[in-house]
Amino acid sequence: MDLFLSAIDVLARWDVALALFVGAIGGVAIGAIPGVGPAVAIAILLPATFSMDPIVGLTLLLGIYGSSMFGGAIPAILINTPGTAVNALTTYDGFPMTQRGEGRRALSLAYSSSFLGGIFSVLCLILLSPVLARIAPMFGSREIFLAALLGIILVVVAHRGQMAVAAALAGFGILIGTVGLEPAAYTRRFTFGQSWLASGFDLIVVVLGLFALSQAFLLLTMDDEKIRLPRSRGSILQGFRELARHPRVAGVSASFGVLMGMIPGVGEFTAQFMSYTSARKLSKTPEAFGHGSSEGLIASETANNAVPAAAMIPLLALGIPGEALTAMMLSVFYVHNVVPGPGLFQNDMDFVVALYLALLALNVIVLVFLLVSTGWLVHLTRIPNRFLGMCIMLLSFVGIYSIRNSAVDCIIAAVFGLLGYVLKRLNLPIVPIILGMVLGGIMEVKFRAAMARVRTPWEFIERPIAMLLFVVIVLIVLSTAWRVWREWAPVDRRSPQKKAARAFVGRIRGRTTRHFENRLKRQRRTRFYDHMGS
Amino acid sequence: MDFGDSLQTRTRTSGQVIFVLAGLVATLFLLSQLTGQTEWSDRARNIASQPRLWPAVALIVMLAGFGAQFWRLRRRRPNLLDRLEMRRWAEPVEYLLWFMAFVLAVPVLGFLPMSIVFACCLTWRLGYRTRGMLGLAAAFALGVVILFKGFLGVNIPGAAIYQALPDGLRGFFLTYL
Repeated sequence: MDLFLSAIDVLARWDVALALFVGAIGGVAIGAIPGVGPAVAIAILLPATFSMDPIVGLTLLLGIYGSSMFGGAIPAILINTPGTAVNALTTYDGFPMTQRGEGRRALSLAYSSSFLGGIFSVLCLILLSPVLARIAPMFGSREIFLAALLGIILVVVAHRGQMAVAAALAGFGILIGTVGLEPAAYTRRFTFGQSWLASGFDLIVVVLGLFALSQAFLLLTMDDEKIRLPRSRGSILQGFRELARHPRVAGVSASFGVLMGMIPGVGEFTAQFMSYTSARKLSKTPEAFGHGSSEGLIASETANNAVPAAAMIPLLALGIPGEALTAMMLSVFYVHNVVPGPGLFQNDMDFVVALYLALLALNVIVLVFLLVSTGWLVHLTRIPNRFLGMCIMLLSFVGIYSIRNSAVDCIIAAVFGLLGYVLKRLNLPIVPIILGMVLGGIMEVKFRAAMARVRTPWEFIERPIAMLLFVVIVLIVLSTAWRVWREWAPVDRRSPQKKAARAFVGRIRGRTTRHFENRLKRQRRTRFYDHMGS
Repeated sequence: MDFGDSLQTRTRTSGQVIFVLAGLVATLFLLSQLTGQTEWSDRARNIASQPRLWPAVALIVMLAGFGAQFWRLRRRRPNLLDRLEMRRWAEPVEYLLWFMAFVLAVPVLGFLPMSIVFACCLTWRLGYRTRGMLGLAAAFALGVVILFKGFLGVNIPGAAIYQALPDGLRGFFLTYL
C-alpha cells in the first residue's frame, strides 16, 4: 500500500498529468492520420523529452505508444487504410463492415477491444511485478546476453518469408552500432580516418532518419488520395455489449498480445497474426473472417493493444527493448541516468508502479476521448499526403538538430532517410536495423563481462535461467531450420513465356493429331493459350 | 495458398536484385577493410574483449543474409523494371536537398523565419498554391517554433541575424524564436 501511495505521489504532478493527457490525445490523433504512426512521433519527440523529468518524458512517449493504435483503427475501418502499421489486420474485417453501413458498430468494437487489451495487459504487468522483482536479480551478464541474443534471433525469425534479408539488416544494425571509438580498449572501428565518425552513429539520429525522414520522403513522392467517408449507422456503445458475447476470442487474443509483447523481438505483428488465426480456428463461422467478422476485429484490436504494456516488461526488468519503440524509450532512461534492469525493481519500484498506473489511466482517458471525438478525428484522414510529408520533414529537423546542433547529424539522418525510403519501397523491415543496433551494443558489453567470469563454455550456461534461455534459443533455431527444410523448394527461374511453353508441351505430348477436339480447344483457349494458334 | 501465407509480408520484386547486390558488394568491401579498420589487441584477456569481434560477427551475418537472399532470388540480373524502380529511389533526393538547405540556413537566418519560408515554399512546390494551404503551412511552422523552442525549450541556437536586432528584442528572439 505504501508503494502504491508513493507511486501516486510520483504521478500527482501537473506536468505528469499534462504529459499523460497530451500523449493520449496526441497519440490518438497521430494514429488516426495514415502515414505518421507512433514511431515517427516518438522519434521526433525524443530529443524534446531529454530536458524533462524521466517520469514526464516517459509518460508522454508511453501515451503516444499506447494510444496510437486506438486511433489507427479509425482510418483502417472507415477508409481501408491502416492508421498505424499494426492496424493492417483491422482492415480485413473493419472495412467490409463499413461497406455494409456498420462503420460505427465496427469502430465501437475496435475501441472496446482495444480498451480490453490495454487494461488486461496492464493488469498482467501489475500481477507479474512481484515475480519480475524476484526473477530480475537472477539476470546477470550471461543471462542478459542470452536474452538479447534471443531478441535478435526472434526479430529475424518473426519476419517469415523475409528471414534472410532481416538477418542481413540486423547484422547491419549491429555493425553501425560498433562504429566509432570502442569503449574497452579505446580503439577506432570503421571510422576510415574521419573524425566525425569517431563518436559513432547516434541512435536517435539513425531512428529519425529511418523512421521520420524516410516517411517524409515517402509521403512527398506519393500522390494524394481522394478520401470519401461513408455513412454509417449504429451506436458507438454497442461494441461493448457485443464484446461481452465473445469472451473466449477476447481472452485468447489479449493473452497472445501479452505473451508476444513480453518476448523481445516479436511484437505486435506476430501477436495480431497469431490471435487472428487462432480466433478463426475457434470460431463457428471461420468463413466470415476477412468479410466483416466481429470476432476477427476483436482478435486483431485486442492483441495489438495488449502489446505496449507487455513490451515494457523486458525493458523495465532487464533493460532489453523488445521492439523499435521501446528501443527509443531506452535512450530516455539512459539520458537521465536511470538504468532499467534488475536494479530498477529493487531501488525504484515506486517509479515502475507509477508507470503502470500511468498506462492504466491512459487507457481510460483514450477511451473517453474517442467516445466523444470520433466525429472530428475522422477528418484528420483528409490531410493531403504531400502536405503531411512537409510537416514531418520540418518536425524531423527539430528532432535531429536539437540533439547536438550538428549539420553532420542532419546529413547522416538524411542518408538513413534515403535507406529507409528504399526499404519501405521494397516492403522490407526497418525494425531489425534498430534492434540490431541496440541489442548488438548490449550483447557486446554483457558478453565481455560474462566471459571475464567463466573459464569453460559450460559455465556460461550452467545457471538455471541461462540454461533455460540457451535451450529456448536452440529450440527456436532448430525449429526454424526444420521449417525451412520442410518448405524448401527449388527456385523457378524460368521466364513466364518459357513456363507457358513447357506447360503447353506437357499438355500436347503424346497426341498424334495436330488439331484438338473442338470443345476441349475452346475450353483451353480461355484458360491458357489464347494467343497461340492450334 | 493457405490463409497464413495470404497474411505474410511480401518483398517487392522490382528493384530487389539491385538492393541485394548493393548490400552484398558493400558487405564484401567492408569485410575486406576489417583488418585495417579494426584492431586485434594482444592485451585482450579473451575473444570477447577483442575489438574486432563484433564488427566481424555483424559482417558475417550480413554476408550470410544478403548471400542467401541473392541465392534465392528468382531473377539475378537487373532488367527494365529494376532500373525504373531505381529511378524512383532517386526521387527524394530533391527533398533531401530542400532539407539540407533548410538545415544550413537556420543558424544564419533564424529558426522562425526559415521555418515559415521553408514550409510555404515547399508547400508551393508540392502544388498546394491556394492562399488557405499556404496560410496553413505558415501557421504550422509558427506552431512548431512556438511549441518546441518557446514552450519545450529544445536546443536550437539563435541565429546570427538576430544579433542585428535592438537590445530589447535580441534576447527574446535568441531565446524563444
